[in-house]
Amino acid sequence: MSGEQAIDVRDLNKHFGDKHVVRNVSLQVRRGEIFGFLGPNGSGKTTTIRMMCGLLTPDSGSGTCLGFDILRESSQIKRQVGYMTQRFSYWDDLTIRENLDFVARMYGMKHRRKRVEATLEELGLTERANQLTGALSGGWKQRLALAACMLHQPKVLLLDEPTAGVDPSARRDFWEELHRLSARGISVLVSTHYMDEAERCHKLAYIAYGELLARGTAQEVTAAQGLSTWMVHGEALGALSEALRGRSGVDQTVLFGATLHVSGKDGAALERTLREATAGTDCRLERTDTGLEDVFIHLMNHAVDRTGFRK
Amino acid sequence: MKAIGTFSFSRWWAMVLKEFLQLKRDRLTFGMVIGIPLVQLALFGYAINTDPKHMPTAIIAADRSEFTRSFIAALERSEYFRIIGELPDERAGRRALARGEAMFVLNIPAGFTRDLLRGDRPALLVEADATDPVATGTALGSVEQIARSVVRKDAGGALSYLAAGEAPFGVHVHRLYNPEANSRNNIVPGLMGVILTLMMVLMTGLAMTRERERGTMENMLAMPVRPFEVMAGKVVPYIAIGLVQITLILLVAVFVFRVPFMGNLVSLYLAALLFVAANLTVGIMLSSLAKNQLQAMQMTVFYFLPNLLLSGFMFPFQGMPGWAQCIGNVLPLTHFNRLVRGLFLKGSEWWDLWPSIWPLMVFTAVVMAIAVKFYRKTLD
Repeated sequence: MSGEQAIDVRDLNKHFGDKHVVRNVSLQVRRGEIFGFLGPNGSGKTTTIRMMCGLLTPDSGSGTCLGFDILRESSQIKRQVGYMTQRFSYWDDLTIRENLDFVARMYGMKHRRKRVEATLEELGLTERANQLTGALSGGWKQRLALAACMLHQPKVLLLDEPTAGVDPSARRDFWEELHRLSARGISVLVSTHYMDEAERCHKLAYIAYGELLARGTAQEVTAAQGLSTWMVHGEALGALSEALRGRSGVDQTVLFGATLHVSGKDGAALERTLREATAGTDCRLERTDTGLEDVFIHLMNHAVDRTGFRK
Repeated sequence: MKAIGTFSFSRWWAMVLKEFLQLKRDRLTFGMVIGIPLVQLALFGYAINTDPKHMPTAIIAADRSEFTRSFIAALERSEYFRIIGELPDERAGRRALARGEAMFVLNIPAGFTRDLLRGDRPALLVEADATDPVATGTALGSVEQIARSVVRKDAGGALSYLAAGEAPFGVHVHRLYNPEANSRNNIVPGLMGVILTLMMVLMTGLAMTRERERGTMENMLAMPVRPFEVMAGKVVPYIAIGLVQITLILLVAVFVFRVPFMGNLVSLYLAALLFVAANLTVGIMLSSLAKNQLQAMQMTVFYFLPNLLLSGFMFPFQGMPGWAQCIGNVLPLTHFNRLVRGLFLKGSEWWDLWPSIWPLMVFTAVVMAIAVKFYRKTLD
């Protein structure tokens, strides 16, 4: 094992036809770390994850996963990595127990039956073990999928949007489980669209159009953009948002229901513009910390599409 | 690759179990396994009969004698013809044909018996509804023979000179399509290959593309299972299905349709297994090429049609033009049809069958090589 890095990939590139979908992506995930992978749809998150576990061959670049070369030793990687696909990908026409049993056989596990029964019990699915998997609700499918990809006790988990379409309380349970696993030394790379989930990660990476735009802890990512953000409270914020767009110091405006977030790189110019715009109205200005969401919207707006996709 | 690179019996067995479990729950497929052979056998064996009997026949008799009476009686005894009655003239005969009341009109000209006895070789005219040439062909072919046998029987004593030598009278008929003598004996064994082709190619084609379409392929590729284990595991249930269908068709052929089985049962099963293998490789190859189940279906049809038409199942192989025979000779069904018909009807031995066995082997090997080349180990 190469030191503390569970995943260490450098300069990964992938083309689909003439589309350059992953461009020079490098990232490192330390042992026991929960690493959040963010970015808009179609930004190359899934492709990057697939390259890490040997499902896709990178066009160029190199890397290791648990010390195994991602290009040459993908079969060793597969034994120690749990991969949860974006779409539920267990067999709907097998029962819950049969699915787990199949996975256990695939990994050649010892004490297979005991392990399967133990997992069923942990999941609270012992009673329903003989039900067809297709009959499960979304939240249960997600729990089953996580349990199934944990069955062979992997050291690294690659989770591709595991909480998409799952209700908030199930998401909270899911993240508590991830933190328990992380405490046991399991490394987790998880892609998500939810900001609250991003904030629960130890480290983050933001990818757009196949390029990694930011990387680090939530604080580091936020600080790196050097944005100042003001919150405006008051009435008719929609009109104000329109009026502010494009004015000096204003890089972006984001409406959050009763408040308007205005951010810009040039803090002094931003403040001047805001004071001018709100003078004589009953709007109230308040300086605030730049949030992850502000940062990601900023990153997204300033990313340049070089993938070859026509927008 | 080390230990992981070798074939794992337990992973293969996991695949086999999974496939059987899924098959067990797939009612439609399960029904098809039994249903398709039975329906096809019933259709081809009973409904589609290219050797029909008891076809309505009208008589225009301008001449009546002992001889014409026994000739008409003999026609009826042959079971091809059912005499529906006499018509006054040619016009009435044409009308009966046009209306479909009669399939045949037998016209016995005036003075027929007299000319016959004189040795003038008079002619009988048989008019046939030729819209379905296959239906009328065999019946027409039998008319002349019936006539000859009637003469032989009736013409004793003084008329014995008529029975010797060439036919004492002519029968003018439209010589149409002439099918092979006993169509059921030919078609029912041929169905074995047709059904196996359809089922094996379609089901393996669907089995692999289904995994890809449902996204479960991605999951499986992320597991430490080798492509060969996946393929070999997937194929086992279909080999079992193939054996079930062979047995079913064999039983129906022998006990329901009374097709004689002259050959060796072991030879039949070995030949059929080889043929199943050829079709499974085709199925796997198509599923590697197809992106989804619909494409797999389309490709199956594309593969199935020439097999059906050019293999000698539907049309006599010898009747096809050279280029069609060339294509036919590449298709596994052509060779399997020869094997099966040989085994059923001729009781062929292995050395008789060899010319049809090696092409199947070559075909399987070539297609397998293509399938392995195209099998995607990754999602690329």
